[in-house]
Amino acid sequence: MSEPMFEPAREIAPFLGFAALLRHASFAVAPEQTMAWLAAIELLGPKGIGDIRRAARATLAPPPERFGEFDALFDAHFLGVVAPALQAEPSEDEAPLAADDSAGGLEPIYGDDMHESGAKATGAERLSARRFVAGDEGDTLRQFARALPTRAPRRQGYRWRKARSGSRVDARRMFRDAMRNAGEFVRVHRRRRRLRQRRIVVLIDVSGSMKERTQAHLRFAHALTRAAEAVEVFTVGTRLTRITRAVRLRDHEQALTAVSFLVADWDGGTRLGEALGALLSIPRFAALARGAAVVVLSDGLERGDPGALRAAMARFAQLAWRIVWLTPLAADPGFEPRTAGLVAARPFLDVLADGGTVESICAHVLNLANRGAA
Amino acid sequence: MAVRRTIVGIGSPRELEEALPAAYYLADDELATAAYLALALGKPLLLEGFPGVGKTEAAKAIAGVLGRTLLRLQCYEGIDASAALYEWNFPRQMLALRQESEGSDQIDIYRDEFLIERPMLACLRRPEETVLLIDEIDRSDHEFEAFLLEFLSDFQISIPERGPIRAYERPVVILTSNRTRELHEALRRRCVYHWIDYPTPDREMRIIMMRASGVGERAARAVVAAVGQLRREPLVKRPGIAEAVEWAEAATLLNEQGSRWPEAFRRSLGVVLKDEDDLVHIAPKIDAILAEAQA
Repeated sequence: MSEPMFEPAREIAPFLGFAALLRHASFAVAPEQTMAWLAAIELLGPKGIGDIRRAARATLAPPPERFGEFDALFDAHFLGVVAPALQAEPSEDEAPLAADDSAGGLEPIYGDDMHESGAKATGAERLSARRFVAGDEGDTLRQFARALPTRAPRRQGYRWRKARSGSRVDARRMFRDAMRNAGEFVRVHRRRRRLRQRRIVVLIDVSGSMKERTQAHLRFAHALTRAAEAVEVFTVGTRLTRITRAVRLRDHEQALTAVSFLVADWDGGTRLGEALGALLSIPRFAALARGAAVVVLSDGLERGDPGALRAAMARFAQLAWRIVWLTPLAADPGFEPRTAGLVAARPFLDVLADGGTVESICAHVLNLANRGAA
Repeated sequence: MAVRRTIVGIGSPRELEEALPAAYYLADDELATAAYLALALGKPLLLEGFPGVGKTEAAKAIAGVLGRTLLRLQCYEGIDASAALYEWNFPRQMLALRQESEGSDQIDIYRDEFLIERPMLACLRRPEETVLLIDEIDRSDHEFEAFLLEFLSDFQISIPERGPIRAYERPVVILTSNRTRELHEALRRRCVYHWIDYPTPDREMRIIMMRASGVGERAARAVVAAVGQLRREPLVKRPGIAEAVEWAEAATLLNEQGSRWPEAFRRSLGVVLKDEDDLVHIAPKIDAILAEAQA
């Protein structure tokens, strides 16, 4: 172990302080990285602040798109320079708005009265409860649920299982067999990767402009959750709510009632960028999007900052396997994405198509596995 | 932290930076520092950057400087342990069993001669002779990433028939990623990280002069300026360093055969832009870009 570890704490305090500062600015810095940084500084001499900065970049590994922010924090901490960009950093009063149904009840994880100032009429949160009445998409959804198990997108699992026509010879099994048959190989055993269903993440826009369709979308989400192995459902409006557990209830009336109590921002404004940002900033939720097929049901009438939506979609596209955006506006044959939200999100989408009816949504989800199609 | 102070003749980032040109690679001090730290701390080096900025070349150059063999593991969707670690040579095992049943002596079918080494196992068994390059890790699946995580933290693997195999010293491992998807935080955390950006005009010019010997300084300067402009355009495939070098070479060749300068650049544009859409997009602007580049 090198000396700096055992020297008085005040020698390394500035470095530990910087690590703490980074964590506060929501950089992920693990203790082992701080240790590597200290060891690196010792290795390099250090001959100057440049060595300390280069060592910090190499060992603390800030993501490239945040280099500027990282350097500004470094300057502020070690050189006492405060860049203007730094003062505009997000702080606690902009903590992401998110609620999780597994925590139970209506309570959002973060405080909910933080966006009242400066919120515009349409962007304001109109928290309200909602009741659902039965619809008539029953048949479509039943057919959908029946077709889904064979047509949902798959990914190769990591484990092998025996198969009649697999890609590999199962040597272990053959040797075991041979031992029983006096060293004779009687038949060729094969094995293949097990296919697992790819997680499907559904984001349902519950803002005012989608009011007519939310109910159908929730019914669809319920049918999907019942039929598939791995599904996550979130509602987005002015905030993000995870409703996976609620829609997992067997009886759909019961499920919809549970959802109606859970979601607090029915028919309010739309701040998709912020809601998606909230999803990505919670590692537990972001992990759900990793390698998943993402289905967004929204008209993209964004009242928040399109820049925030663009940034969130860019990160989302890096995590997800495929992103499909279904908008009711695309039912019109002469459709061109014009709403601010759609224009911002467009470059990151794999498919932008019609989501006007439950039939079309079902068809797109069944076609998720076909590359290029849908 | 296990600090390894002696790596064959490289005692500081500066020395590494000075040694790399011998392997035809020009590194800036950030890359040299990151690479030196990775070697000295015994951690893997993770290089990220756009396609064509020289990530794989950097790995080759580092292996060259260290005088070690480069073991390259190219990742792809669906890559698994048998492609990365080892496989049993099944036909040979069967033959050996047959021969044994005729003869009398006992045979162990899990001996080394029946083991087919893949790059990761080879690197574990001969860590002082090799550099392991795990290329384009962003192409592999998440499961493979998790598997790598285990390998990179302990440098140990386990073969059920043989028991665990552990490297007796920390091997040199270099990972590259084009950042088509985000790598898992845990993987980034275990590595020394460096983001390779497009080189500064000055450095790119030196790279071109070094890699393409016949190119004159004026041509190299013009290519660097023009490529810099092209990288600012919204292209499908932005030209990398290799493209810049090839463009300089191709244009010089055409010039020697009698094409005048701006014409030589324009005629060899296909070397830099390899996408139909990009060519269409640039066509109206190319004259202005070349004129500016030559000024």
